[in-house]
Amino acid sequence: MAMDGSLDPQIDTSPKVSDEVKCTTCYMCACRCGIRVHLRDGRIRYIEGNKDHPVNRGVLCAKGSAGIMNHYSPARLTAPLLRVGERGKGEFKEITWDEALGLATKWLGDIRASDPRKLAFFTGRDQSQSLTGWWANQFGTPNFAAHGGFCSVNMAAAGLYSIGGSFWEFGEPDWEHARYFMLFGVAEDHDSNPIKAGLAKLKANGAKYVSVNPVKTGYQAVADEWLGIRPGTDGLFVMALIHELLKADRIDLEFLVRYTNAPWLVREDDGLFVRDAAGNPQCWDARTNALASALDPGVTPKLVGGFTLPDGRHASPVFEHMAARYLAPDYAPDAVAAQCGIPAATIRRIAAELAHAAFEQQVVIEQPWTDWAGRRHERMVGRPVAMHAMRGISAHSNGFQTCRAIHLLQMLLGAIDTPGSWRYKAPFPRPVPPGPRPTGKSAQINPGKPMGGMPLGFTLGPEDLLVDENGQPTRIDKAYSWEAPVAAHGLMHMVIANAWKGDPYPIDTLFMYMANMAWNSSMNSAETARMLTDKGADGTYRIPHIIYSDAFYSETVAYADLILPDTTYLERWDCISLLDRPIGSAEGPGDAIRQPVVKPDRDVRPFQDVLIDLAVRLKLPGFTNPDGSARFPGGYPDYIVNHERKPGVGPLAGFRGADGSKAGVGEPNAQQLERYVANGAFWRHHLEPDQLYFKHANKGYLEAAVKLGLLDKADQIVLHLYSEPMQKFRNAARGVGPIQAPPEHRARIERHFDPLPIWYPTFEGEQVDTAEFPLHAVTQRPMPMYHSWGSQNAWLRQILTQNRLYMNAGTAAKLGLADDDWAWITSHHGRVKAQVRTMEGVNPDTVWTWNAIGKRAGAWGLDADAPEAKKGFLLNHLISELLPEKNGYRYSNSDPVTGQAAWYDLRVRVEKADPAEAGETAPLLPELGRPRTAGEAPGVLRYGAQWKAK
Amino acid sequence: MTSLPAPAAGAKKLGLVIDLDTCVGCHACAVNCKEWNTGGHSAPLPDFDPYGADVSGVWFNRIHTFEAGEGSDSRTVHFPKSCLHCETPACVTVCPTGASYKRAADGIVLVNAETCIGCKLCSWACPYGAREFDADEGVMKKCTLCIDRIYNENLAENERVPACVSTCPASARHFGDLGDPASDVSKLVEARGGYALMPEMGYAPVNRYLPPRAAKTAPGCTGAPAELDRPAEAAGIHPLLRWMDKLLSR
Repeated sequence: MAMDGSLDPQIDTSPKVSDEVKCTTCYMCACRCGIRVHLRDGRIRYIEGNKDHPVNRGVLCAKGSAGIMNHYSPARLTAPLLRVGERGKGEFKEITWDEALGLATKWLGDIRASDPRKLAFFTGRDQSQSLTGWWANQFGTPNFAAHGGFCSVNMAAAGLYSIGGSFWEFGEPDWEHARYFMLFGVAEDHDSNPIKAGLAKLKANGAKYVSVNPVKTGYQAVADEWLGIRPGTDGLFVMALIHELLKADRIDLEFLVRYTNAPWLVREDDGLFVRDAAGNPQCWDARTNALASALDPGVTPKLVGGFTLPDGRHASPVFEHMAARYLAPDYAPDAVAAQCGIPAATIRRIAAELAHAAFEQQVVIEQPWTDWAGRRHERMVGRPVAMHAMRGISAHSNGFQTCRAIHLLQMLLGAIDTPGSWRYKAPFPRPVPPGPRPTGKSAQINPGKPMGGMPLGFTLGPEDLLVDENGQPTRIDKAYSWEAPVAAHGLMHMVIANAWKGDPYPIDTLFMYMANMAWNSSMNSAETARMLTDKGADGTYRIPHIIYSDAFYSETVAYADLILPDTTYLERWDCISLLDRPIGSAEGPGDAIRQPVVKPDRDVRPFQDVLIDLAVRLKLPGFTNPDGSARFPGGYPDYIVNHERKPGVGPLAGFRGADGSKAGVGEPNAQQLERYVANGAFWRHHLEPDQLYFKHANKGYLEAAVKLGLLDKADQIVLHLYSEPMQKFRNAARGVGPIQAPPEHRARIERHFDPLPIWYPTFEGEQVDTAEFPLHAVTQRPMPMYHSWGSQNAWLRQILTQNRLYMNAGTAAKLGLADDDWAWITSHHGRVKAQVRTMEGVNPDTVWTWNAIGKRAGAWGLDADAPEAKKGFLLNHLISELLPEKNGYRYSNSDPVTGQAAWYDLRVRVEKADPAEAGETAPLLPELGRPRTAGEAPGVLRYGAQWKAK
Repeated sequence: MTSLPAPAAGAKKLGLVIDLDTCVGCHACAVNCKEWNTGGHSAPLPDFDPYGADVSGVWFNRIHTFEAGEGSDSRTVHFPKSCLHCETPACVTVCPTGASYKRAADGIVLVNAETCIGCKLCSWACPYGAREFDADEGVMKKCTLCIDRIYNENLAENERVPACVSTCPASARHFGDLGDPASDVSKLVEARGGYALMPEMGYAPVNRYLPPRAAKTAPGCTGAPAELDRPAEAAGIHPLLRWMDKLLSR
């Protein structure tokens, strides 16, 4: 061989890449990254991140990069199916779309004409909730929600009732400027790519990054400091930080006075705000020594002191209530250290570091801005302490109040929407407390009629609850009842159990989309599957009809009567809407579309098209013209362009107006989708530099937001340390006011509806014998997987085919367990067998596993002996949807404020299995039958061989 | 036996620099590599029993996650591993047919599938386990440093980097000429103390790993005191009183 390389083989270094590139939005998880899909010979050659896209800026995670294998999954459904065997057997016949839609119309039409509540319409990881919720409203049923109730509704609500925004969806850390970053309970939880990019930025900038998480996986592994906290005690830890900051008077008083309700006066007797006749909250103005409107920019309010009101009642400022509470010795680091599993000295040090970063390392951006009162500020001064939190907080029954505690800490540090802190993502902030109210009171539910409002909303007091005259829930999931008064996303995890029981009433049809409720998305999975197949004395199913739409043969398909097969995410139109879950950032609002990049090769239809078709067949008013014809004959893309929620405001905010020149508000533009396609499948509006921070109090931003249709008024959005709606519910539980809580719920509401953040032990731990169940058990989401979708993916499953029970090596040794042993995990509710893997980086009292790797044999196109089915397991079998009985009643296993599913409250014990029991998991449910799906599993997959250079 | 190109001063040494400080072990690089390369120069990267009990496949880039140390001193490491494009690679010199070769132009180590006889001597010789045998075609495959991307005139200039570098969400992967001390990657290696993997084996790997930055954990590491002073407590004042006369205007 020649030494100069002249005889090196000739290689084509500029091969053709693709025939065409189409931009769209990823749906391999919920994060909505922009992707460029390369097509060659009509097949998908390559998927990459879109460098122009505001969410991912060109990068793409493992899931997104594996989209090809989901798109060509052999588990794809191929035609509408009608069940022919017993439910749960997986025996179907293929039917035509006309037959399928005719049948659905018959079932749904009968319900609508008699009692619309008997339709329970629940969608899962649906990104079209502004359509699906509106459809439910037009149908007339209150029984609608998506997966938020078992994901993070308590955190969303905590944010919206406190700061007018929330972690992830409605806010993000200022990665560029933060000097100190705290991450609570986040694995691959949202926001997938932005967090990774952000952590890299922080580290390059020399900021300190503290991770609070019982398990040291991915993100925690690169933290400067990992605090392996005991699950469910984050609130206590945060309150100890607050205690330290208050003791040292290291808080941002100026921020509190200017931007929060710290000076608002709270009446001593009923705990409500003192208001004037116009409803303005009052403070005590030190200049005049008299009451004044707390909203008046000219006041100098007192922060502590007792004041007598003109009517002789007494009041004191929110700040005093707050400070008095957290200065109490109960919240001292020494008092909480053992419970949290974090040394007191560490808590004191973290508090000192927070104060140092906030007050000694302030970030100054030389950018003048004008506040809500018209006062010019020469520069933007920031507190560079940023925080982010997710499911380690939300999946606990104390998550609402814990998340409020984190927001309180942020407010005390003055670290909300300032340079270097957590920032709002437009269209947030929104006014606190949030609106609108939910719809679904008895009088709003009438045969043949729409409800007149969206099913989901925000309750501000007992008058907004959806209960009948006897105080009983009007919704099947008991959302907005006395059991979960602020259940802003519903309680999807309770729907099947309640419907099966007929509590509060029986339903006729359960209609679900994209939610694997017969398996990993339910608590108590095996029993849930049994409820779906259970029959009454008359031999008919207790839930008479089940309609399900999914793109793949998931476990839940086997339990439905009628299957409406969906397309993959690369075969349809979608909109990522400002009315739902947009792609806005702190730099400005944005939204996006999906466009079909390939045509379906099966007899499947996009679910949203099907829903609109059904609406026309059912003659739902919003979807039909007076003559009964379709209002959106072009289906979902027609609706996306032409539907107006209010004049000028539709599903997409970009390129509105006849010529596409209007942003936010403007008449429909027939060319809107073409404009999105030409723009890379997204639209974004760049805020001006003077609008980028202090958005809650920034005149420039607030006025721009009104013009864009994001806000109704340009008023300052005051942040709430003290939440009056909570106090209103509490009063109802104390027998104060015209609407009072039923006696059986009073103690629970009084305890948990504290207007200031509180900590209480998680419910399961409180109700079971912790000597019998000494360990906490939680799950994390692996980075390359999203719920149940990943296991059908030939590439992703090579990374993880079996989940283990991970436990601390020291704890395992005490239990006589070693790597690869099989063990029984037992809770108060059930037991599961799993294979053990020991590790160092986990809290000693915590065991954990990857979520949703275990699969039911027969589902997802996998062989019956796949490790996912034989060895993979779900902790779900151990989690009851109901708490143990207390005072003769079993509440749902949820946050008592928001109804958020309390997955991570689980307590277990672990014991070595008999060697004869080793080798496979338990319980093993019978293999599901297999309807025809898109492909036979090949022995060897040679994807891409056709493009090998000739 | 296959000979190596003669070492030349100033020769290009294209390679990767991998930052262990920010790698979170997400597998984005591995999967994006797989999807690019399964239709690229070495297509396909087959998968065996893809939906069955014993799935396996050809991957040019794999992530190993392990813990080092015990108890509170333990560290969790995510370690991406692919061909290091060694300067004196045994996988090349051991090849009986000349199929394995190191390009003189840029130092990339490749396999010529036309002449590879699938004898696996190269995979035995590679101490890093970076070679991937395609049992379907009976030939050896490996990381090509995306030879079909980095010079590809059908791609925009800023896309002419390996797929793993382009997709990494944590900016933990960098590509460039490690033979040029003035290149961005060389400067990065210099600044961060980048190191070669197992240099004692004598194969002179080109790729470099950046070690984790020192963790800021010890008291005082951010400049903050170990704990906050409590002025009111020290002065014996009721804690709420100190805010009594704080008068701040809105």
